[in-house]
Amino acid sequence: MCDTCGCSTEGGAVLRKPGQSDYHVHVNEHEHAHGEHHHSHEHGDHHHEGSGRKVLLEQDVLLKNNLLAERNRGFFEARKIFALNFLSSPGSGKTSLLEKIIPALKQRFPVAVIEGDQQTTNDAVRIQALGVPVIQINTGSGCHLDALMVNRAMRELEMQDNSLLCIENVGNLVCPALFDLGEALKVVIISVTEGDDKPLKYPTMFHEADICILNKIDLLPYVEFDVARCRENSMRVNHHLEWFELSAKTGDGLAALQEWLEGKMEQH
Amino acid sequence: MHEMSIALSIVEAVEERARQEGAGWISEIELLVGKLAGIEPESLKFCFSAAAAGTLAARALLAIEEPEGVGECGECGLTFPVNFYYAECPACRSLRVKIISGEEFLIQSMTIEEEEE
Repeated sequence: MCDTCGCSTEGGAVLRKPGQSDYHVHVNEHEHAHGEHHHSHEHGDHHHEGSGRKVLLEQDVLLKNNLLAERNRGFFEARKIFALNFLSSPGSGKTSLLEKIIPALKQRFPVAVIEGDQQTTNDAVRIQALGVPVIQINTGSGCHLDALMVNRAMRELEMQDNSLLCIENVGNLVCPALFDLGEALKVVIISVTEGDDKPLKYPTMFHEADICILNKIDLLPYVEFDVARCRENSMRVNHHLEWFELSAKTGDGLAALQEWLEGKMEQH
Repeated sequence: MHEMSIALSIVEAVEERARQEGAGWISEIELLVGKLAGIEPESLKFCFSAAAAGTLAARALLAIEEPEGVGECGECGLTFPVNFYYAECPACRSLRVKIISGEEFLIQSMTIEEEEE
């Protein structure tokens, strides 16, 4: 049940804005009317026990999400918004990385952020402090963002044309890989406190990603993490991966990512 | 547990079509879930029973076909079976392997019954 208005949020996500405790929008997808029956066939006619009729669908299971993602993509294209979908396990430093790069990037072009978490507006509060538009999606029990949540969130977010939109997905290396949000590129982040075989353990995510960022390299002296092996493992899963090594904490390696992002913003 | 939201979208898709077809109920749903699609068929079946409760698909049998992964080498053109995304070409050891099959995730068909439950 929604703690603000008392309505059911079972299976539904909620949009929130930091510092506005009375603001919340439910993401509901069941807008079509159930219970409409179109019984055009004649009852009591040709009944054969257990002999059903086969109907071909040949339909992508994720069709609905994919169509909506394409709608989002069209919206982004029309407004020249470059959308990135940030994916990682919890605690790899997605929000810290955004906190570090946004102040520099926003000098060059407008930046907006959609934050995804099961609960709390903690991350949105951190991003809001940077002075860029931000909205929080709370997925409740959901383990990933989907195209519908992003569609609703982007309507609530005041985005300027030619913006960089950073969508921070729910921390999870499994489920978000399957759901297209309409982004231009997927960015997967791993940190050196995780295992260097992570790309092999969660290949679907690394296979889907366009960019891989290795974070927390300042901790390398204290952990057993082989950067070369991790990179090789990542490339085995996806040889198209763009690779960056950095520390969001010390700022080491950030310049290369920033330069690359600025280049992308000029091209798109 | 993305299988739950996926099970819900399957139920929604088949129910919508079944209503258009004037079906009483759905007795079987055939799915194509490639080995590389990132979906666990057992988990999907488990979620499906919960997702389908109270719908036209409540008694439907979920028949899942799982096509094997097939890769094509970008260097020598060989096609060969792959079980993981990090396959290498058995002939030339290249890692430039393109997945050409095994990522399918489709609702192929369903069987609808005329009589009401």
